[in-house]
Amino acid sequence: MEIKTNSKLEKVLKGGHIAVSSECGPPRSSDASGIIKKGHLIKNHVDCINITDNQTSVTRLCSLAACIHLKNEGLEPVLQMVVRDRNRIALQSDILGAASFGINSMLCLSGDHQSFGDHPKAQNVFDLDSMQLLQTVRYMRDEGKFLGGDTIKEPPNIFVGAAANPFADPFKIRVPRLAKKIAAGAEFIQTQCVYNLDKFELWMKGVVERGLHEKVFIMAGITPMRSVGMAKYMARAVPGMDVPEELIKRLSGVAKDKQAEEGLTIAVEAIERLKECTGVRGFHIMAIEWEEKVPEIVERSGLYPRPKID
Amino acid sequence: MIVGEQKPFDEIWEMVKGHKQLTVFGCNTCVAVCHQGGNKEAEILASLLRMRATQEGLEIEIKNGGIERQCEHPFFESAKELLDQSEAVLSLACGIGVQFVAEKYMSTPVYPALNTTFLGDVKQDGFFTEKCQACGDCVLGVTGGVCPVSRCCKRLFNGPCGGSSNGKCEISKDIDCAWQLVVDRLEALGKLDDYEKLAPIKDWSKDRAGGPRSFKLEDF
Ligand code: SF4
Ligand code: SF4
Repeated sequence: MEIKTNSKLEKVLKGGHIAVSSECGPPRSSDASGIIKKGHLIKNHVDCINITDNQTSVTRLCSLAACIHLKNEGLEPVLQMVVRDRNRIALQSDILGAASFGINSMLCLSGDHQSFGDHPKAQNVFDLDSMQLLQTVRYMRDEGKFLGGDTIKEPPNIFVGAAANPFADPFKIRVPRLAKKIAAGAEFIQTQCVYNLDKFELWMKGVVERGLHEKVFIMAGITPMRSVGMAKYMARAVPGMDVPEELIKRLSGVAKDKQAEEGLTIAVEAIERLKECTGVRGFHIMAIEWEEKVPEIVERSGLYPRPKID
Repeated sequence: MIVGEQKPFDEIWEMVKGHKQLTVFGCNTCVAVCHQGGNKEAEILASLLRMRATQEGLEIEIKNGGIERQCEHPFFESAKELLDQSEAVLSLACGIGVQFVAEKYMSTPVYPALNTTFLGDVKQDGFFTEKCQACGDCVLGVTGGVCPVSRCCKRLFNGPCGGSSNGKCEISKDIDCAWQLVVDRLEALGKLDDYEKLAPIKDWSKDRAGGPRSFKLEDF
C-alpha cells in the first residue's frame, strides 16, 4: 500500500500490523511536564498517542502545544481537533502549524457541546462539521489548496482519521455514516469505547458487507473500567455510551479492591475477542487518567512488542 | 413567528424607574401569540409598574397602548399622539420593534420589556419551539424539512454526532436530536439513501456572519 505521509500510524497500519494507539489529556495548567511524563510512560507500548482537544469542553492546555511537547521528546502524537472552538481560518492555520512541527496524524471530531464543560456560557463555532474538517485536511494535503482556493506552497503532510460511534442512535445509519466519513477522506477510524461487543460486531458485520473495512483502518476503542462506580456512571451519564448490564454485574461481583483488576481483565478479553473480528485493524486504548495501566493491557493482550518503524 | 419572553419584572423596573412619564407599548402580532408582548400584556405590565411605583413612593405617570406591529411605519399612525407625548417608551415588541421605535423617535429613550428568544412555531398551545435561525441559505430541501442550523445543538450538516441517544440530543433529554428527525423523515420519504450525500461546506457569509443583511425590491 502506498504510504502517503510520514505518519507512524499510517506506516504501522499499512505495514499490516495491528496498530495500538492511546490517548492523553493535556493539563489544566501551563505546565506541560505531566503530559510529557504520561507520554513517556506508554511510549514503548503504543505506536502513537492522541492528544485530546479540550475534551468534554473543559479548558486545557491546547492540543497542538501538547503535541509539540511530545514531538520534541521524540514521541509520536496524533493531534485531535474539534470544530467546536475554531472556524475554518483557525482550523487550517492550526493544521499548517501542526505539519510545520512534523505532526503527521490528526483526528477530526465535532467535540462535546460546551454545556458539558467549564464554560457553559461560551459561544460555539461549528463553522465546519467533523466530516467537512476531514475534507478540508484532505483538500489541503492532496490538492495543495486552502478551502478558499489559494495554493499552499508546502501542503501539510497529514494522515487523517475520524471517530465513529457504533453505539449512538439511530443505529441504522451508523454504517452509512462510516461510509460518509470515508467519502469525506477518513483514512483511519478510532471508535467509541467498546463494551457491548455483540453490538460492535453487528456493526462491523455491516461494515464488512459493504467492503468499508478495505477502505479505512478501523481501530476499536478500549477503556478499562476502574470500578463498578465508573461503569454505572458511564452507563447513566455519558451520551452515546453502551455499557451492558452484564458488565456492571460482573464488576459488582468482585470485591471493591479487586474491581480495577477485573476491569483490566475485561479490557484484555475485549481486545482478544476483537482481534478475531474481520476489519478490526488496531486498538485505541483510552485509559482515562490511568495511563500507567496501558503497558499492562498491551502486554497481556499480546500486542507487545510494537513493530519497529523507521 | 418571532418568540419572546418577558424580562424579569425587577429588571424592567430598574430600567424605567428613573422616568417621570412612561408609555408601555404592546405589539399585537408575533409576541402577542406567545402571550408576552401583546396589547393585553402591555396593559397588565403597566398596572404592575403603577403598583410598584406607588409602593416605592415614586411619581411616574404610566400609560399603556399598542399597535398591530411595531416593525412597519403605517401601523404607528394610530399611536402618533401617544408616542409623541411620551418621555420614555417600554416596548413589548421583539428586538426589531424596539429598534424601529428607537429609530422613529430619536430623542425618546426606548427600553425592551422582552428578551427576543427565537424564530419558532406554536407546537402546542402555550409551547413554542425554535425552528429557524435565518441562515440565509436554506437547506431544508435536502434535510427532510428539518433545520440543522437551529435544531442541532452543533448545527451539523452531516449529523448525527456520536451523542445522539434514543432520539434525544446529547445535551438534554428534553431536546430532540435533529438528526434523528432528519433520518426518520428521509426514511418516511423513501430517501434514506440520500443520507450518504455529503453536505457541502456552508457559505456563512449569507448568515449573520456576513454582517447586517437587507433585501430590496427593485420595483417598489
Ligand atoms: S436552513 Fe437556514 S433558512 Fe432554512 S430553516 Fe434552517 S436556519 Fe432557517
Ligand atoms: S445529538 Fe443530535 S441534535 Fe444533538 S448535537 Fe448531536 S446530532 Fe445535533
